[in-house]
Amino acid sequence: MSGPAHHHAPPSPIEQRVAALEELLADKDLVNAEFIDGVVSLYENDIGPLNGAKVVARAWVDPDYRERLLADGTTAMDELGFAGPEGRHIEVVENTPGVHNVIVCTLCSCYPWPVLGLPPVWYKSPPYRARMVREPRTVLREFGVELDEDVEVRVWDSSAEVRYLVLPRRPAGTEDLGEEELAALVTRDAMIGVAIP
Amino acid sequence: MIEVDPGVAAMSGSAALPRSNGELVFSAPWEGRAFAMAVGLVDALDLDWEEFRARLIEAIDAAPERPYYESWLAALERLAADHGVASR
Repeated sequence: MSGPAHHHAPPSPIEQRVAALEELLADKDLVNAEFIDGVVSLYENDIGPLNGAKVVARAWVDPDYRERLLADGTTAMDELGFAGPEGRHIEVVENTPGVHNVIVCTLCSCYPWPVLGLPPVWYKSPPYRARMVREPRTVLREFGVELDEDVEVRVWDSSAEVRYLVLPRRPAGTEDLGEEELAALVTRDAMIGVAIP
Repeated sequence: MIEVDPGVAAMSGSAALPRSNGELVFSAPWEGRAFAMAVGLVDALDLDWEEFRARLIEAIDAAPERPYYESWLAALERLAADHGVASR
């Protein structure tokens, strides 16, 4: 075939380097295109806060699902197709008028990946990890979460065995919203417990 | 299911992956491919993620103004060359 088959811009030098390396790694049977596509799609589509938001929205509209989710988070998330190597043993903790939950990992940076994506940089910072345990109300206030004095704050320390996810309270005035619209209200921070949707 | 070394997400400081609301941010498709190739090459050569991370930090320090994924690619090329993966 002669001449350009289509009208894409010619690859930039950096794209050419990436393509050359990709070809080399495929030639040597080290990394193939299928793996690369898989990883890219894993990060772009399959994991991230969106998954967690869908779980929360389902729990808000479906009381039976909510019950299953609180009883066994891992299995209930699996129902929606969210599970993976880092998602084992997820326990969901529910915010109520009297209890506010927040998650931390004091030892390292354990985090429920498949439903929350990659942890925010501050989640791994020693000050967050230490202070959230010692003075949760102060740290929450710094995040903009004001709680009444009579609200109990529960801090959940994640570990290699158990990861936590906060089920926030459904915001007032959202009775008419559908599941998808509700999911759009749920942020990553709300599922960590440092924000209120 | 593809398993990704938790060390990939745990990188901090200048080596921390660019992200927004918890999700990785690729501003061009080649960045995602370069990201995946590093994950795949470390796995294929049975290396510790640290082998890549150290080269990434070196690459970033060598040219702090350079965009993150350009340093990433430089580190990846370096890793491949250091482990004898070179074009014939």
